[in-house]
Formats: sequence, C-alpha cells, structure tokens
Amino acid sequence: MTRAGFVIANLGRKKTRTLLTLLSIVTAFLLFGLLQAVHVLFSSGAEFVGATRLVTQARVSFTTSLPMRLLPQIESVPGVADVMWQQWFGGVWQENTQLIVFAADPARLRAVYPEFVMSADQWKAFEGTRTGMIAGRALADQYGWKVGQKLPIASNIFPLKDGSKAWAFDLVGIFDGKDAEWQRNTNLAYVNYAYFDEANLFARGLAGTYTIRLADPDRAAGVARAIDTMFENSPDETKTQTEKDFNLGFFRQIGDIGLIVRWILFAVFFTLLLVVGNTIAQSVRERIPELAILKTLGFTDRAVLGFVLAEAAALCILGGLAGLGLATLVGIAIGGGNFPVAVDHRVWVAGLIAIVLLALAVGLLPALRAGRLTIVDAFAGR
Amino acid sequence: MLKQTIAMTSLGLRSIPERWGPSLVIVVGLAGVVAVFTALLAMAEGFRSTLESTGRQDVALVLRGGSSAELNSGLSRDQGDIIRQSPGVLAGPDGRPLASAEMIVIAELFRTGEQTGSNITVRGVEPAALALRPQLRIVEGRMFEPGLRELIVGRGVAGQFAGVGIGESLRMRGSDWTVVGVFESGDANESELWTDVEVAQTTFNRRGYSAVRLALDGASGLQVVKDTLAADPRVNVDVETEQEYYSGQTKQFRDTIGMLAGVVTAIMALGATFAALNTMYAAVGARTREIATLRALGFGGGPVVFSVMVESLVLAVAGGLAGAVIAWLLFNNMAVSTLGSNFTQVVFRFSVTPVLVQRGLVIALVIGMIGGLLPALRAARLPVTTALRAA
Repeated sequence: MTRAGFVIANLGRKKTRTLLTLLSIVTAFLLFGLLQAVHVLFSSGAEFVGATRLVTQARVSFTTSLPMRLLPQIESVPGVADVMWQQWFGGVWQENTQLIVFAADPARLRAVYPEFVMSADQWKAFEGTRTGMIAGRALADQYGWKVGQKLPIASNIFPLKDGSKAWAFDLVGIFDGKDAEWQRNTNLAYVNYAYFDEANLFARGLAGTYTIRLADPDRAAGVARAIDTMFENSPDETKTQTEKDFNLGFFRQIGDIGLIVRWILFAVFFTLLLVVGNTIAQSVRERIPELAILKTLGFTDRAVLGFVLAEAAALCILGGLAGLGLATLVGIAIGGGNFPVAVDHRVWVAGLIAIVLLALAVGLLPALRAGRLTIVDAFAGR
Repeated sequence: MLKQTIAMTSLGLRSIPERWGPSLVIVVGLAGVVAVFTALLAMAEGFRSTLESTGRQDVALVLRGGSSAELNSGLSRDQGDIIRQSPGVLAGPDGRPLASAEMIVIAELFRTGEQTGSNITVRGVEPAALALRPQLRIVEGRMFEPGLRELIVGRGVAGQFAGVGIGESLRMRGSDWTVVGVFESGDANESELWTDVEVAQTTFNRRGYSAVRLALDGASGLQVVKDTLAADPRVNVDVETEQEYYSGQTKQFRDTIGMLAGVVTAIMALGATFAALNTMYAAVGARTREIATLRALGFGGGPVVFSVMVESLVLAVAGGLAGAVIAWLLFNNMAVSTLGSNFTQVVFRFSVTPVLVQRGLVIALVIGMIGGLLPALRAARLPVTTALRAA
C-alpha cells in the first residue's frame, strides 16, 4: 500500500465523520468565497477603469454642480486630450425605479469613452437628435428597450419648464462595452445635454462633473494638480482625481460594511478552525495505539507526523476547493448589473492561502503530537 | 419510564465535562452562527430605530413633487412663503407660523485616518428649526450666530470624522467656516452639520430651499395643509409627516441587510449543523458500551433518544447564549455610518434587542435538535449484544 493510499484509507474509515467534516469545510469556504468577493468590491473598487481619465468635481462634494464656464480653462491645461461633462439626471423609470442617467454632449462622450462601442450611425443619430438618448446594453436588455422607442423617463430633480417632471426621450442607440468587464458596466444611459440644458426649469449652464481623457496617463497627478490649482480660492474650487479613485470613493461611501464583512469572515474562520481542529485532534486521539504500531514497524517520527498532516490537508484542500467552486457558481448567478460582485482570481488567491493556513493550523498540533509519541507510552495508554 | 429518562439524561449531562473537547464544537459552532446573525440584524435594527425616532408625527415635511428625498428637492423663496402661510400650521410664540425653510448641501469630510471622503449633510436652518426638534440640544460650545459662517456639528459626525472639533474650520466653496458647537439629539440629525440658511444660500449661490418643515395644528393639520397646497397652482409639492418620510428611507437598507443576514446565517447554520451531527455521533460513539449496558439492564429506547437530544439541546443553547453575549459585548452601541437616501452619511448605533437574541436562540435550538436527532436514533437502535462486545 502506498502512503497516499494509506491516508485515503484512513479517511474512509469513519465515513460519516469524514463526510460531515468535509461538508462543514465546504460551507465555510462557500461563505468565505462570497464574502471575500464583496470585500474585494469594497476594497479595490473598479480597477478595470484604469487611470486614463480624470474626474473633476466641486471640492465641496460631487453633488454640487460645477458651472460650464470652467470648460475652456480645463481644456487649456497641457496633457488634457478630451473633456466631457456629465450632469446627474435623477432618472426614474415607471413607478419608482431609479436609473443611472446622465446628461452629456454626444460627441464629447464618444471621444472620452472609446470603451463604449456603438455604430457610427447611432452616434450620429445621438448627435443629431435633440431629444435623443442612448442606453447601455445591460440596461436596455433589462427593460426590453428597442432603438426607435420613445421612453418616458421622469427626473426626481429637474422639472421641465411647465413644472412637470415627465420627460421623454427617443432611444436612438444602444451601446456595448468593449470587453466583458465593460459590458457588465453598461447599466446606464445618456441623454442629450443641449436639450436637457434648454428644457429644464432652472438649471442653466450647470456642467455637473467634468471627465477628462488624458493624452498621457503617466501625467495624471500633474494634470490633476494643475486643474485644482487653477480654481483655488474661487467659489468653484475643484477636486480632481483619477476615475478609479473617484469610483472607489463612491463605493466606500457605503461606509463600514467592509468592516462588518471582515468581522464576519473572522467569526466564520474562528468557528471553522475549532470545529475542524477538534475533529482531527479527536481522530488522532482515538488512533494512538495504531500510530504506536506504525512506529514499532519502523516508520519514523517524521513519517507518522506526515500521515496525520496529510490527512488534515486532504480534508481542507478537498473541502476548500469544493467550497470556492460553489462560491464561483453562486457568484455567476447573482453577480453583474448593479451589484458587480465576482468570485474571481483575487478571491481564489485569498481562498487558496486560507486553505493552506487552515490545513497547517488544524493539522500541525495533532501531527506534532503523533510525531512525538513514544511507543512504550502509547501502548501503555499514558 | 420517567425515572429511566431522568436517570439517563442526568448521566449524559454529567458526563459532558469528560468530553469537553468534542462538546465544545457544538458550543463554538452555534456561538458563531448566533453572533453573526445577531450582529447583522442589530445593525439593521439600529439604522431603523435611529431614522424612525428622527421623524415627528406632528411635523410635516414639504418637498417639491416627485423628489422623494430632500437632496433632490428644490423650492423657490416665494413657494417657501406660500407653504409657510398655509392654514393648518401652528403659530409660534411670536404669532408667526412655526415653520423652518431649510436648504441642504453636501460637504465632503474624511473619516479619521482615511483618504476617501464621505458625504455629509450641511443643513441651513431658520431659527424655528430648534423649536421643531425639541430633542436637539447643544452639549458643547454654543449655537451659531445667524449671518456668520459658523457651524454646529452633530455628535455622530464629531465622533466619526476628522476636522470638525470645536474651533476647527472647514473649507467650503472658497471660504472658511468655524465649528462653534456640538449638538446631540439621539437620532439622524446627529449626522449633520447645521448653519444659518441665509449664509448657506449666499455661499452656495442658491436662492431657494430644499424643504419646509411645518408644525401641524392638531390631528387634522396635515390634511388641511395637503388640501390647501394641492389646490394652489403656484406650488407642486409632496406633503407627508416627518415620521413617514424617515420611515420610508429605512426600507431599502433593511431589505439589503436582511437578505445578507439570511444568506450568511443559512450557510453558517448548515456548517454548524454538520459540526453538531459530528459531535453528537462522537458522543454516542464514546458512550456505546454505557448505553448498551443500560439497555441490557432494561432501559427503553425512548429514554436513550431523549437523553441524547437533551444533551444536544443544552449544548446548543449554551452556544447560542454565548453567541448572543459576544455579539452584545462586541457590537451593542457601536457607532457606524452608511449612506442614507440623501446620499449622505447616516451615523447610527448597533442595537442588540431581546427580540433578536430570542430569534438567535431559536435558530440554535433548531440546529441542536437536528444535530441530536439522527445520532439519538442511532444510539437507540444499537443492537445491545454487538454494542456490548464492541468498543
């Protein structure tokens, strides 16, 4: 019998116990995978966005609109390739469903976000239709919108000139993301700024926030500083940061949830450690006479230590991988759209590290005990 | 039968100390489940009670129609005056309507030691604002002077964010604002900074208001205000009591946290059930010979099942209680903040209530029951002769 076979045979001896222990590890890693995915979402933000763009907001808060008159000054800063602005529209669909809708200039949007892919005809239609609107694929699919439809979209902020909030837009295009990551983030829509600016009751010349495409991403920090310095001590002080940092800040606003997730992870792991550790310790205790026989037969201390450790590791690895696999499936089922959680490589790396740590933590003590066993004491039951 | 049951059960319970290790698995496993469950729901509960205690039944909140949150709303000065003059509004000591037209803007503050900013509500208020919120009082420093760029800061904000101590100044729109006082109210108002509405309007270059709060004249006041304003073509507004407004804001957060708690607890409970089964199988295994001896002496199968179940339940309850105590010690009254519906931070405290503890214990009992049942049945079915020979 090979050594590996021996370990497997030992695991198969008390089938109920092995199965139950395995299942507790599977559930624990399922939970670990999902929580870690949420944790990654909060701690790393939207990494795929990269640092090719800057966002300039009012320093006091991004909810305070910057005026349009800053535009020429921002455009004049060396290193700035294209500038667009976007105003949060406060879009509401049907009864009370909030939508992500911005008012933006079509040509500038196209220049600043080459990641959004749409046919040239549809871009042209967006530029040429005053009441035009384009929607991301994810959003359009969610509500079954088709190009050519007139969509009644209310605003919970901006009334029309007649005081009503019943805006309507012509859907002239549906855009896709350039890859899978971007495709997942097409759950938003843009309406034509020129029409918005003219038709709404009170906001005139309010740009909202500016988004800047950089000529050279390496100069992000310098350009950001140049812009902010320009408006220092004016009523419209700005804060410019990379798009990535802006998005990150947005998610972190949800606050202490990240902290709570860490607490839960800690609780789950601590619980798991004790449960699995205890089971393995118990199975070693019950087999002390056998281990003594192994040693009598000439197996070294190290070999016996190895057997026990291998058994613990086999349980942890098997259960851990199954749990992470399950978490990945669940992640695919619930992820995407407004909750872009994904059990991806970052989660798997953390999970694999956790498996190794767990195997060592629960296996090492019983293994050391087994290794140190002296034959005489073991047979005597001391 | 009864005597047998009592004897068996007490025998089982008294032998727990000899099997501390395995028994601890149930206790720790369930402590984990109950602690996580209780802590998550205590968060939802704290958020709810903070917001719900903010709103008063006898104060109406008037927003521009269809706005749903103060941040989205906007009313002109004229509209503010029309709303204020509506019948159904209580008169103040000076004979004028008891009302406060308020404007909110958002400032970015930094959590102590963090780089990314958080949105905080800055509320410009009229003098009547304090009369409309009798629960609010200045606990340190003084009230702001109307006409000056001075702020008073809520206790919750002062505790969570940097740069808002008394005497410190905050930079907004190119000017410096001095913090002159700290106020306490025990509700969501504590998550805000307050200043004079006129000064806020000048600085932020806005002429109107976000919302108007009205003291209602008696139980019928609300309806009178609603009817009057609905009939007035110069305004298009939504009128509701403050309490309705704040209660409506808690639903989404409670649903989200409730779902999170449900999923996490269900998965953890599953793991704990496996662990409990493991433990009880081991406990029955260790006592095989003892149980067989008793069976040989004439003890029935019923008492065996009962005694194993009792043991499992006692351990489960111990674990559940430990979990509730841990959740209470670690989290009760812990102040945290999250995004509210104005897109600004709401500071609230975890609240571990007896109801939550009770629900946690029920979960522990159910898991203990499942964990005990299968092993108990196995113990009762053990063929006496083989069991005596085994072990």
